[in-house]
Amino acid sequence: MNIAVVLKQVPDLVEGLEIDASGKAVDPSSVRYILSESDDHALEEALVTKERLGGRIEVYSLDTGEAKEALVTALAKGADHAVVVDAGLESAPDNHTAAGIFASIFREKRFDLILTGVRAIDDLDGSLGGLIAGFLDLPYVGLIRKVQVEAGATSIIVEKEYPGGCAAELAVTPPAVLGIQAAEQPPRYVPITRLRQMMKTATVEELLVPPVSLQPIGLARLFKPEEGTGAVMLAGSLEQLSQQVTGLIAERHLLR
Amino acid sequence: MGMLQTPSIPQKPAVLFPEIARAEGNFRTCIQCGVCSASCPMSESMDFTPRKAVRMLLEGRFDDVVSSNTPWLCVSCHTCSTRCPSQLLISDGLFPALRAAVMETGKQLDQDLQTALHKTYLYGNPMGEGPNKRTDWAKTSSVPVPVLSQIRRPVDVLWIVECYPSFDPRGQAISRLLARILTLLHVDFAILGREERCVGDCEWLAGERGLFEMLIERNIETLGKYHFKEVLMTDPHAYRSLRNVYPSMGGRYVVKHYTEFLRERLDQLKPLLKKKLNVTVTYHDSCCLGRKMAQYEDPRILLNAIPGVKLMEMTPNRESALCCGGGGSTIYLDHFIQERVKDRLADRRVRQAAATGAGILAVACPFEPSRFEDGIKMTGNEGKLVVREIIELLAESMELV
Repeated sequence: MNIAVVLKQVPDLVEGLEIDASGKAVDPSSVRYILSESDDHALEEALVTKERLGGRIEVYSLDTGEAKEALVTALAKGADHAVVVDAGLESAPDNHTAAGIFASIFREKRFDLILTGVRAIDDLDGSLGGLIAGFLDLPYVGLIRKVQVEAGATSIIVEKEYPGGCAAELAVTPPAVLGIQAAEQPPRYVPITRLRQMMKTATVEELLVPPVSLQPIGLARLFKPEEGTGAVMLAGSLEQLSQQVTGLIAERHLLR
Repeated sequence: MGMLQTPSIPQKPAVLFPEIARAEGNFRTCIQCGVCSASCPMSESMDFTPRKAVRMLLEGRFDDVVSSNTPWLCVSCHTCSTRCPSQLLISDGLFPALRAAVMETGKQLDQDLQTALHKTYLYGNPMGEGPNKRTDWAKTSSVPVPVLSQIRRPVDVLWIVECYPSFDPRGQAISRLLARILTLLHVDFAILGREERCVGDCEWLAGERGLFEMLIERNIETLGKYHFKEVLMTDPHAYRSLRNVYPSMGGRYVVKHYTEFLRERLDQLKPLLKKKLNVTVTYHDSCCLGRKMAQYEDPRILLNAIPGVKLMEMTPNRESALCCGGGGSTIYLDHFIQERVKDRLADRRVRQAAATGAGILAVACPFEPSRFEDGIKMTGNEGKLVVREIIELLAESMELV
């Protein structure tokens, strides 16, 4: 089973993000990047599948947002080959653009499965997996929580959950693109010694693809959610807050 | 073959950590006396006791040992290493090596431990708080808490606040009290603020040497930018690490735990201890400050200096004190351990404290207030016993609270 996993680094939300002066982007000095959570699960699902059936995993990422760290971490976890794709982009593009780039690569290099996280927190548009599948005319299933591949079988079974307490298994014939919501087990830990060793020794293939000039979806404005007029924000110490709350209850006759 | 290759896995760490270097290859001198197993407060819950594990490793049964629960039940209380007649490093040599071996096999780690390690890698603290939040506790401090990168001048004392006292709400309150005490003692101090990262100790005891090395390298680089005469520490684990391990990596500082630091200023401190507390106190020797650093007296001197404190000793105490059960990363393995032991160590220790008749269990380690408060609830000692950091008791006598 040859699997490609598409990885994306997204802004880490542990510190608040600042919007830059243009009002259309996050201030790069306030950002550090981490691997998109569902991409981490996509990689884990690929690793589990490889452990079961053998095969090869290649990981791909666009050359934006400290991509190399994510790729090297994937190698340290057990991926076989890592490719950073340089399409002349300065920042992460919308998913239509990214999917076009990846589809042009995967059209040449054939994989049985292309796995990616079902969504990223900074997606501008539709799911990357679905868009790649569209460009390549391949089947796509998203929101997957388990991939079952049996040796010799012509189709694979993917499991997803529907609202209302219902889960389903779907049969998909590879080659296919899968959007992973959660791996069947938590993403594995990679000891830092191995990671640091990898940082020094790993080779990441640099793949140049023609620069993309057009970004079909442009960001018009980025802003902090505006507070509604109906809300009153209380502030102060716990004591002051409780006084304000009891004051409001009395003043507005909320308790009868 | 078996073990002697494996627990001494590291080539570099053997150089990095003198403790492991000394342990290396020594396990053939194990006389199988069983002092380690008899001393270990967790051995009865282990699949293989420490003595048995050593024997099995010498016989090459490496897989059996690493796949058992034994590596993960050690709470790094270091009683075994302290008592071993062959002076083998068990809790701080063999066990970290076993855990590192488990990690190397790619086995799934306990999720809580994995999360704590991963967050420490990303953010320099196990809680996963952003570095900018390091100074949140100081925002409501009633005295200035200068940050080195902002004041740009040498200071007498660099205070490494560490993770629990920076982020945990009770720890934060204690940090604000210590800032006031330092101010009243006219100590010229500053903190690292957003540049501070975990000093590291739990990490290597958890088997994560790489992470520990990474933290050490980064911290040495940060500390190298500033001028200070001594380092003040609140966390005994970090204190031990900065004092005992950092020098071998080139980080040489004058390092003091706050109990030693304040005891040195006792003459200045005493006149400020005005309020008579009229309490009976028992003191818990933390493993790192006690067994590892042999600092038993300073905390007791501070407590005895407080008017109206009657100090009662627990059985056991000092070298034999029972661990709170949270050392060496096991603070993140609480759920794992709880499912495998009959009686949690914190609960056992609380019962020992309650047996003295004291109303206050005094501690000098930031892990302990929450662990023992839980223990008090679990053992039905609510209303009879409370946990107080020595800093809190000093502050109360100084009428700061």
